[in-house]
Amino acid sequence: MDEIKSGLTEVVCDILVIGGGTAGPMAAYKAKRHSPGARVVLLEKANVKRSGAIAMGMDGLNNAVVPGYATPEQYTKEITIANDGICDQAPVYKYASRCFEIIQELDGFGIKFQKNENGDFDVKKVHHLGSYVLPMPNGDTVKKALYRQLRREKVLISNRYMATRLLTGRDGQIAGAIAVNTRSAEFLVLRAKTVILCAGAAGRLGLPQSGYLWGTYENATNSGDGYAMAYHAGAALANLECYQINPLIKDYNGPACAYVAGPFGAYTTNSEGNRFIECDYWSGQMMQEFYNELQSGKGPVFLKLNHLHSDTIGKIEAVLHQVERPSRGRFHENRGTNYRERMIEMHISEIGFCSGHSASGVYVDEFAHTTVPGLYAAGDMASVPHNYMLGAFTNGAVAGEHAAEVAANIDLADYDAADVDREQQRVLAATRREDGIPPNQLEYKTRRFVNDYLQPPKVTAKMKLGQARFAEIREDMESAMVVRDAHELMRSLEAASILDCAEMAAFASLFRTESRWGLYHHRVEYPEKNDDDWFCHSVLRKRDGRMTAEKRPVAPYIVPIDESERAAYDRQRIRQHA
Amino acid sequence: MPIAHTPTAVPVVVDEAKCIADKGCTVCVDVCPLDVLRISDLTGKAYMKYDECWYCMPCETDCPTGAVTVNIPYLLR
Ligand SMILES: Cc1cc2nc3c(=O)[nH]c(=O)nc-3n(C[C@H](O)[C@H](O)[C@H](O)COP(=O)(O)OP(=O)(O)OC[C@H]3O[C@@H](n4cnc5c(N)ncnc54)[C@H](O)[C@@H]3O)c2cc1C
Ligand code: SF4
Ligand code: SF4
Repeated sequence: MDEIKSGLTEVVCDILVIGGGTAGPMAAYKAKRHSPGARVVLLEKANVKRSGAIAMGMDGLNNAVVPGYATPEQYTKEITIANDGICDQAPVYKYASRCFEIIQELDGFGIKFQKNENGDFDVKKVHHLGSYVLPMPNGDTVKKALYRQLRREKVLISNRYMATRLLTGRDGQIAGAIAVNTRSAEFLVLRAKTVILCAGAAGRLGLPQSGYLWGTYENATNSGDGYAMAYHAGAALANLECYQINPLIKDYNGPACAYVAGPFGAYTTNSEGNRFIECDYWSGQMMQEFYNELQSGKGPVFLKLNHLHSDTIGKIEAVLHQVERPSRGRFHENRGTNYRERMIEMHISEIGFCSGHSASGVYVDEFAHTTVPGLYAAGDMASVPHNYMLGAFTNGAVAGEHAAEVAANIDLADYDAADVDREQQRVLAATRREDGIPPNQLEYKTRRFVNDYLQPPKVTAKMKLGQARFAEIREDMESAMVVRDAHELMRSLEAASILDCAEMAAFASLFRTESRWGLYHHRVEYPEKNDDDWFCHSVLRKRDGRMTAEKRPVAPYIVPIDESERAAYDRQRIRQHA
Repeated sequence: MPIAHTPTAVPVVVDEAKCIADKGCTVCVDVCPLDVLRISDLTGKAYMKYDECWYCMPCETDCPTGAVTVNIPYLLR
């Protein structure tokens, strides 16, 4: 295993799904249900059985719109406000209207959702305004349940293939993708009528303070390949300056986690044990207050549970130490942290791109369609804000159905063989050198400069220095990177995606000359929100081989927001501490 | 530039007495999202080949004999 072999195989399918984490399996399943005769390929860098953010399951739905608790209108309003108004509501509204049906479908797959004594779904309040959090008592079984459905529907699964570039036809229509086997370096050209990108967040962008490249909040397989592939195919990417930054356990890359413990009575405090934020829901505005408290004399920040009854804590432990990020329990044990006695020290994560938690993603409409004909995106890498796991499932379903419908009525586009040739040269260049710089060092350096120059508070001169350093790293990558086996080859391709994302992060952040989304886009020289000039999306794309940015109007709201409601998320700080 | 190897203590430990890779098991290698485990040609047992772990635990959870232990990497412990 791992020796570099040469080989190129062409595969033809109708619908190609790239990424088999959360959105991908649902997209493939729905495409197959829609068109049972179609060839649906699910391509995954890891193994669909245990891949993606939900590799070990999830403790709950963070954004369930359940009848009786919330309406699609209320949810759309909450997310519009949480995302500082920069929100095309149609995809959010569509999600909110369809997600309950997806919950019922997941329930039918055997994934259970918590019910109260009356048999109703037991939805908890964590957001600023409404109630949307629904615990999953057997959340550890999610992956198994999905896998069973994929097998039943005869979806063609290709594990350990990393997609590296999309192929387009002469008229710009999607034509397929190129992938590399991560254990043999053999190439696969996948021709498809429609392609759905579900490659997750750009989670390996900032460097965790431990310096460990893999200690990221996101599953470290998610190196931003989806963003890079969409960019190189000419797709529009929206609001990349609206970074993902999350409140995590200090040193451990998982949430502490207020979404689970909050409904039992836990809350975020400063070192004096006082609350300083009204609401623990993750938004840029909340993260700004979190950051301010960390920097103040009242830091660090903690999650406080030690006032709760021991049995209650036992229930919280049973969730937090079993699913999602179960090694959390081991981390606390090493440090001697018992929730009953000590508060949990927290810190803020490295930066990334992710619409699952914030709003940085490949631009999509309410059909999950990107700006490239026939190319779809769903999950963390698509631009629907604050989408989380149920968003990945629901929009994956939307993408799968629509992509299948379109594929049924069109022919395969022809790709240009020269594109495949060029991609093979790019991929293999580092394998042809005898010595040079290994991918992990190029990645480390890129990510260290992401921290030094791109992390908020954002400063123009720093971001420009960052751009200069990234250009130097790119030269090194193209002239001196060396790869010795197929596994390292995968890492070298990831390092290239990470560098692409770093350049996009700098470019998008420099473009928007205002501050918005709290900490996510806090620009020191432009500290105020400027609705006159910047109440719009920023859209980045590759034109004639160069990175460009433009403004795109926010689509007229379908759920109106009252003037008095707009600033609800700006009022995070608890009054007496203001 | 010549390449050197820097020692690193890897977080995942396999109990070789329990590992049945020599009987054909490859479960941990198959499920690892980061693809960092391999079966050793020398010992015929599973081991961590690349220090690139997300300490997510599918390897430990899915191992049929309980041979795998996932520790927190030293840098952040
Ligand atoms: C630690 C953590 C805790 C969370 N907690 C919650 C929670 O409690 N509730 C909630 O609702 N949401 C939660 N979320 C968010 C939620 O899990 C995600 O929004 C959702 O799972 C994202 O789905 P996805 O399909 O976009 O990405 P993933 O599920 O991450 O899937 C992406 C897949 O793409 C594959 N891939 C990447 N690059 C390539 C490539 N080049 N070629 C082929 N395949 C590729 C990856 O291997 C991966 O399998 C959490 C996320 C994390 C990381
Ligand atoms: S899963 Fe367990 S028994 Fe199987 S190869 Fe891995 S360590 Fe050995
Ligand atoms: S903990 Fe996760 S990343 Fe580490 S070896 Fe096990 S499965 Fe792989």
